[in-house]
Amino acid sequence: MSKLSIPVRKFDAVIVGAGGSGLRAAIQLSEAGLKTAVLSKVFPTRSHTVAAQGGVSASLGNSEEDHWHWHMYDTVKGSDWLGDQDAIEYMCRKAPEVVVELEHFGMPFDRTDEGKIYQRPFGGHMSNFGEKPVRRACAAADRTGHAMLHALYQRNVRANTQFFVEWMALDLIRDQSGQVLGVIALEMETGEVVAFHAKATVFATGGAGRIFYSSTNAFINTGDGLGMAARAGIALEDMEFWQFHPTGVAGAGVLITEGVRGEGGILRNSTNERFMERYAPNAKDLASRDVVSRAMVTEINEGRGCGPNKDFVLLDITHLDPATIMKRLPGIREISIQFAGIDPIKAPIPVVPTCHYQMGGVPTNYKGQVVGDDGTPVRGFYAAGEVACASVHGANRLGTNSLLDLLVFGKASGDTVIENVRSGEIGLKELPADFADRTMARLNRLNTQTGGANVNETRLELQRTMQKHCGVFRFNDMLIEGVAKILDIEKAVARTEIKDKSHVWNTARVEALELDNLIEVAKATMVSAEARKESRGAHVRDDAPDTPANPNGRDDVNWHKHTLWHRDGNRLGFKPVIMKPLSVETIALKTRSY
Amino acid sequence: MATSTMQFKIYRYDPDKDNAPYMQDASVEVDFAIDRKLLDVLTRLKAKDDTLSYRRSCREGICGSDAMNINGKNGLACLTEIKDLKQPVVLRPLPGLPVIRDLIVDMTQFFKQYHSIKPYLINEGPRPERERLQSPEEREELNGLYECILCACCSTSCPSFWWNPDKFVGPAGLLNAYRFIADTRDQATNERLDDLEDPYRLFRCHTIMNCVDVCPKGLNPTRAIGKIKEMMVRRAI
Repeated sequence: MSKLSIPVRKFDAVIVGAGGSGLRAAIQLSEAGLKTAVLSKVFPTRSHTVAAQGGVSASLGNSEEDHWHWHMYDTVKGSDWLGDQDAIEYMCRKAPEVVVELEHFGMPFDRTDEGKIYQRPFGGHMSNFGEKPVRRACAAADRTGHAMLHALYQRNVRANTQFFVEWMALDLIRDQSGQVLGVIALEMETGEVVAFHAKATVFATGGAGRIFYSSTNAFINTGDGLGMAARAGIALEDMEFWQFHPTGVAGAGVLITEGVRGEGGILRNSTNERFMERYAPNAKDLASRDVVSRAMVTEINEGRGCGPNKDFVLLDITHLDPATIMKRLPGIREISIQFAGIDPIKAPIPVVPTCHYQMGGVPTNYKGQVVGDDGTPVRGFYAAGEVACASVHGANRLGTNSLLDLLVFGKASGDTVIENVRSGEIGLKELPADFADRTMARLNRLNTQTGGANVNETRLELQRTMQKHCGVFRFNDMLIEGVAKILDIEKAVARTEIKDKSHVWNTARVEALELDNLIEVAKATMVSAEARKESRGAHVRDDAPDTPANPNGRDDVNWHKHTLWHRDGNRLGFKPVIMKPLSVETIALKTRSY
Repeated sequence: MATSTMQFKIYRYDPDKDNAPYMQDASVEVDFAIDRKLLDVLTRLKAKDDTLSYRRSCREGICGSDAMNINGKNGLACLTEIKDLKQPVVLRPLPGLPVIRDLIVDMTQFFKQYHSIKPYLINEGPRPERERLQSPEEREELNGLYECILCACCSTSCPSFWWNPDKFVGPAGLLNAYRFIADTRDQATNERLDDLEDPYRLFRCHTIMNCVDVCPKGLNPTRAIGKIKEMMVRRAI
């Protein structure tokens, strides 16, 4: 018997996170009648899905011919061939179904004149296997994520889903056999720590963009799922791949959707040149995000940036009809006025590449099951959305594929849980006697620490280190130094001190616990990035330049494989990319150009 | 560096140790080159004193977490320009809801009212294979309604909601009720109107219009409430 006992609540399934993927999974489970608990650090509609703007992709073909196979091709190419082709086929084939379903749930999509879902062009979305841009992004103005998250929450209200709002999950419970038995969580309002003992545990905890200093991500995006998984001995996959969104508002970091360029927006440098014509003659401003971000940083580095410090470029929509801006991009206009102090109808928006999305995560298969290094499912453990790595995004995600990922894999993970629970494959196994000990020791350490490190300062140092050593362009010596620095910061994280020791709504404690997760993500990222000696997608090293033998610096002979970072020993493993789709032919490796 | 000291008076209450709430004087160095919004300054205040508690998440006015009463008016900290604020800046929790701690209120009653209007599309017809059609004009009717972020600035600025939070749906709930009434895909208009035809649920709105004044998204609950009343009249004749 453990000396530390905490209350235990029992469920068929516990979902951690109530953003797009968690809510989509919850709809499956609640409507199937499983006893389900959904835990969230924030009220569900405050999850970061709410900030997505541009759209959700599906080859509905509402404005012009489109096909899921073209969508699949674009996604594989966008991933720089690091995405697993079985999962990518699954997602792209399912897209029309889940988007139509979302419309049936009440999603207020914009409409075409025939009354169908409105679709706009987006970066890397092409017809006929990369030929020319196609309208594939289904949009609700430039508030698609908000409209989607609310529609999903509303459907859960209808389904009577049981939410635990403002609860933070702290640790995964695993037994000797490796089976996952639930989570331990903290109720923020009371400070009470409770075990959620479940047959199935679904991680839908979102991303960890807050490891970077300049990020489009919300304060809550601290990689809690990744930290919990890493501490429980689950390897993290492809963590070197982080998407820097081309258009964050300079200084503020707030996102400006790619939909702005989809509606005709143009990037310009200090000479007023439309520089993307030089980098991507075909797709121009609608090339893939990694390509555009690199072009922007190159312009800035070569002295063609704008402003007094020449440190940003301009996103110009002044040539668009103001009525189009008001109708299709009203939120962007609000954000520009609020955070850049300019009205984009009259003046261009200052923008700079900003950390936006984590392509890697907890390894899963396309059914939403978390898998071990050999691909075998971890019993009782599922994940979907940004925390998961299926891998559909590979080395670079296409815009609007993230919202699609939430819907497809939220639903798939829910369906797999239902199947596994109903078949009796997973049951409620007994909790190990010491299941809460490590968590309680961590909380106790934090409560009694004296003379320790300041949480705010330590987090800032972590964020600045990631920004400086692991940004859009990466350098070998900086990465080596970055690994050492992050390991140093880890020592500070292990001895953080909070002044506030109270029980009720102790946000200082929550922030310290979040930092425990951020550091795991930072280590995984820096170590994986240092190790990968090639350029691929969003990971670009100056010592892996564009040569005839290795176009764009990509080295398929040595590096066409997934990285697996293990917390234990800070060591790396690798596994092959799944090149065989479910039904169609492999999309063979090819040089990537737009 | 354009730094300057800003003065604050902040409502503080920690049920663990305080018998009663009190107003705390606080000051903090701000750098106007970096700090634009009240949330930026709150972050600085919290770095100095980690016991200061408030909700926040997206920092761009879309998640609705950081609603509070700022110099007497409800608003989102992340959208409030600091240079426009009269000092000392007086920060209080949203009025009319129980305070849990500092600037954090218990929003149970607010969400209860939101849930009471059945905030989901009701359409029991057979599910078509493709999307339900809706013309651009019909979709236009949802503009100014679906954008609600449930921050509660409106409902907690409404005297009718202060007096009857358990009986009056409040501006946020009613705006959302009309969002579904106005949706051509929804089949429950009559039931929705029946549910609201009640001396308290709808008719406690006395068009004081505080809700319109404070909505950080520029929405107009009073107009939505007017439209619901209009539909009730029209269906009576």
